[in-house]
Amino acid sequence: MKTAVLVFPGSNCDHDAYHALKHVVGVDAEFVWHKQGTLDGFDAVVIPGGFTYGDYLRSGAMAKLSPVMGAVRRFAEGGGPVIGICNGFQILLEAGLLPGAMIVNDSLRFVCDYVHLRAGTDRTPFTRGIPEGTILKIPVAHYQGNYYADEQTLSFLEERGQVVFRYCDPEGNVTRESNPNGSARNIAGICSEAGNVLGMMPHPERCSEEAMGSADGRRLFDALVAWLGERTA
Amino acid sequence: MKAKIYVTLKRGVLDPPGKAIRASLSHLGIDGVEDVRVGKFMEITLKEIGVDEARRRLDEACRRLLANTVIEEYRIEIGG
Repeated sequence: MKTAVLVFPGSNCDHDAYHALKHVVGVDAEFVWHKQGTLDGFDAVVIPGGFTYGDYLRSGAMAKLSPVMGAVRRFAEGGGPVIGICNGFQILLEAGLLPGAMIVNDSLRFVCDYVHLRAGTDRTPFTRGIPEGTILKIPVAHYQGNYYADEQTLSFLEERGQVVFRYCDPEGNVTRESNPNGSARNIAGICSEAGNVLGMMPHPERCSEEAMGSADGRRLFDALVAWLGERTA
Repeated sequence: MKAKIYVTLKRGVLDPPGKAIRASLSHLGIDGVEDVRVGKFMEITLKEIGVDEARRRLDEACRRLLANTVIEEYRIEIGG
């Protein structure tokens, strides 16, 4: 069982993700440079946060054209689990692997804070065992995390159970006040129709140990390892 | 040959920087500004490939990289 942590010019959460996987959860992890065109031998892919290519043009716009993204597309089409965190989520949106786009936070501020998330579905490899309604405390750090999709797409996402996380208050109420960036319908994370590709703005890799203020992020990586274990069993 | 590309947010997509600029104009005492929409302007220099071919290539460039058509629209001007 081996996980790939992609590294682009400007990735800056790659080591955090690697640490959470390898040293906290204890699953094999390896960095994969963005110029690599294959993901053969890997069982899951993490696209970490950062500022790939300095966010030039749009967040994730350049990274989507890196050779490794062709491999990610094939990996995802084959049902392999892929998680894009923060800038990784923006890359997945730009690549068209998830629907919608990100615009600047409605506050015009870079938001760096712990937020609460309400889980919406346990059908992804990263949320198995995290039932709908579970409240997780995970930090965000972004300037362009204001999720946008047209009304029809938003309704499709909800009908098909693709809304994985929504911003909520500590009691789990999805309110305007608990939305840190203006995202449509408080959306913090969505998955592909098949469920194997997850994109989320909050950073689970930054809160996988109690010393970090929350260990809730670890649940996503534990879920992944359990899911992979079942699949290979 | 030169081309100009204008990328703007689609109508209906929130533009927080545009809203902030509108408020700042009002603070400056410049009244009567109802709305500001911020976009991108790119000037591109091309080899002499003919207007039709230039338009075809730039349209592809816009669709695949320069604009995100989920939230943005674009306009291409060739020549000048």
